[in-house]
Amino acid sequence: MTAPKPEAEIVLRLDRISKRFGALLANDAVSLDLKKGEVIALLGENGAGKTTLMNILFGHYVADAGEVQVFGQSLPPGNPRAALAAGVGMVHQHFTLAGNLTVLDNIALGTESLWSRGLGRAAARAKVAKLSVDFGLAVHPDAKVGKLSVGERQRVEILKALYRDARILILDEPTAVLTPQEADALFATLRKATALGLSVIFISHKLHEVMAIADRCIVLRHGRVVGTVDTHTTDKGQLATLMVGGELSLPRAEPRAPGAVRMRFDQVFTPDRGATPGLKAVTLALHAGQITGLAGVSGNGQAALAELVAGLALPSSGRLSLNDVPIDTWSPRLALAKGVARIPEDRHHQGTIADFDLTENAVLEAYRSRRFSRRGWMNWRAAKSFAEEIIAGYDVRCPGPGVRIRLLSGGNMQKLILGRAMSGGSSSDGPEIILANQPVRGLDVGAIAYVQSQLLAARDRGAAVLLISEDLDEIMGLSDVIHVISQGRLSPGFGRGTMTAAELGLWMAGQNFAHDQSEAPNAA
Amino acid sequence: MRLEPIANPSTARRLGLPALALVATLAVAMLLALIAGANPLDTLGQIATGALGSKLAVLETLNRATPLIFTGLAVAVAFRAKLWNIGAEAQLYAGAIVAVVLGTGAIPSPLVLPLSALAAMIAGAVLLLGPVILKTRLGVDEVVTTLLLNFIMLLFVSYLLEGPMKDPMGMGWPKSPALIPEARLPRIIDGLRLHWGFALSLISAVVIWVIQTRTTLGFEIRAVGQNPEAARFAGMPVNAVLIKTALLSGGLAALAGWSEVAGLKGHLSSDLSPGFGYTGIIVAMLALLNPLGVILSAIFVAGIFVGSDAMSRTAGVPTYIADMLMATALLFMVLAILLTRVRVVRG
Repeated sequence: MTAPKPEAEIVLRLDRISKRFGALLANDAVSLDLKKGEVIALLGENGAGKTTLMNILFGHYVADAGEVQVFGQSLPPGNPRAALAAGVGMVHQHFTLAGNLTVLDNIALGTESLWSRGLGRAAARAKVAKLSVDFGLAVHPDAKVGKLSVGERQRVEILKALYRDARILILDEPTAVLTPQEADALFATLRKATALGLSVIFISHKLHEVMAIADRCIVLRHGRVVGTVDTHTTDKGQLATLMVGGELSLPRAEPRAPGAVRMRFDQVFTPDRGATPGLKAVTLALHAGQITGLAGVSGNGQAALAELVAGLALPSSGRLSLNDVPIDTWSPRLALAKGVARIPEDRHHQGTIADFDLTENAVLEAYRSRRFSRRGWMNWRAAKSFAEEIIAGYDVRCPGPGVRIRLLSGGNMQKLILGRAMSGGSSSDGPEIILANQPVRGLDVGAIAYVQSQLLAARDRGAAVLLISEDLDEIMGLSDVIHVISQGRLSPGFGRGTMTAAELGLWMAGQNFAHDQSEAPNAA
Repeated sequence: MRLEPIANPSTARRLGLPALALVATLAVAMLLALIAGANPLDTLGQIATGALGSKLAVLETLNRATPLIFTGLAVAVAFRAKLWNIGAEAQLYAGAIVAVVLGTGAIPSPLVLPLSALAAMIAGAVLLLGPVILKTRLGVDEVVTTLLLNFIMLLFVSYLLEGPMKDPMGMGWPKSPALIPEARLPRIIDGLRLHWGFALSLISAVVIWVIQTRTTLGFEIRAVGQNPEAARFAGMPVNAVLIKTALLSGGLAALAGWSEVAGLKGHLSSDLSPGFGYTGIIVAMLALLNPLGVILSAIFVAGIFVGSDAMSRTAGVPTYIADMLMATALLFMVLAILLTRVRVVRG
């Protein structure tokens, strides 16, 4: 790949784009320039603001402030058609193709006039054929899209954008669904595209791909551009450090001696799910009075590990035990009964029911306990007073327990979930094990500090806490032991303060892992 | 134009829009009457008189509402859990068959009514169990299976009435023998043509309302309907809840057929239900799935049917107007429900 000349024409300019969702500043004065023939990578963790930024560029959202210029012309906000007409093509993570139509139909769909169908067909076919050759995108124009592989469908999506004369291609996590070989083919296409003068924005959080394909890399964190680096002068470690940052001040945790093992994973495997790897020979012990931090880029097996703790799944091989008793049957209800508190990753879809009020959400897990129901009859008065206790005890800002939870901000929603989780468990000092999966993602600074201090307080009471986060600062600040997960494999545990962010970044990038660990045993 | 969700619709919006939907329905009714060459206001007046204008008319309307309350409740219960039971018609006939099987002399007299009611509910529940187990185990779409079961059941009833269940004294008509008097639901007040099935339907509505708002099962049903993923995460047995919902829904629909046979007709024929199972969907949607609202909407729907019958005899407007009114009422109501949650904005 040849680096673009410094004087290359600027084809796209984002000028101080800001977008706020409630209390969350998703984009904070983000500016970037894209030059002709250049590939830039937009790098950042989930929730860093990448997708919001691209949605603004493409007209799906209207920015609160700032301007988008394509080829020197300012784009009218909130108008995807204008973005298309200006030559911006977007390939979404989830494809927008009609499976029962042919490749050619899908590509031409929406570009031809209603009355000239058939006339433009031959021209369309010729144009698609030429694009296929020019960009190395081999697909049969008459194949039904429903029969194509994921990689082929992505080629159709790219052809669709090129057919509409896109000069700027935006690819949203294009390799998430691809095999390594398909990804290599995609990169070859992108190189051909830039050689032909197109410009590409490549959204990813996979460091090695960014290093392989991008000329420049723009790192977003908490909605801000925290660094623009030339990939020829950087390395993965530096990118990882930039991505996860180091400026948030965290509550100080006093070191504590680890207690008994509450939950143990012994050579645990779970099945792969599509492109997301399952767990591979994971051995892990969660000690009482300790926060165990699980660092890693998302999609590396965190979800599978969280499901095991939450009671949603059992390992396909290996053993899970609770207070040294092997777990044979397992469900969310059993997990709750055994004193496992769960803060789910997705508080909107897993943690709460949007149209239920705070009272109903407060008793969602414990509604069958004697406090809230007898012989199948709900005691709503007790439920309401419980909700009021959480509201008062966990500083949930809301009009009252009867308001639907969808009206609360993310932070207040999370405080209710936290209060619900912390009051579970059989013993009077709260839950024995706490699963905190991305507990502060998308929260404002005040709520972050509150949730983190509650987790530390639970640890000081003797709970075993598993903290899953993509934010290395959070992991490093709160955890007594840190494990890194990559491709379903778990690193050894690192004690507090024994690793730098850069060293952890290398583990996150998948280096340092012994290869023999990734092989499944024959018994599995 | 695009749709923008409204986070917290006002009370005026939540009540005003359904009211507006009813007004719009009446406007369409008048337009239809006009097209049919009748005076629109007279037509509406005659429908109202025919439905509610006399004691006889009111009783006829309530009789007609009885099976609709049952099927409306069956649909409301299922839809609340997002279980799309389109098969109330089939479950209704299952209940009717049981009423005949047990009501023609098989059981000693004092026990026959409660036993046949219970057996009817079980029959309807079992009929819905199959599609629901296919849904929970294999992901088979219950809309398709329950809908198709309607046709299978109707053909099965035809077979029964032409064969094993045919009344030997029926002069060749495809109908079942008459129920023994002990198996008939008595009238609520002597001399008035309204049977205890209506009272039972009201009680059922109250029971369902209590289950939905006061019990753990009702809480689970609502949670599973709103967000099955969150319900599962919270430890609710989602599949078991769906199965319990199905048992409740199928049982209610079966009571519609049972009470029509035991309360009104006294025998089974293949024209027992003029689509009560399907109309139950409209009843439930008009009631916004509220069990107590089902009572009102069933009476409203029954009134339109009964009133249209009476009106067509005098005004000469075809009774199809009732079907068209149902359809427009449903469309306007669905639109009203949508518009309470989203608003249309330019751009």
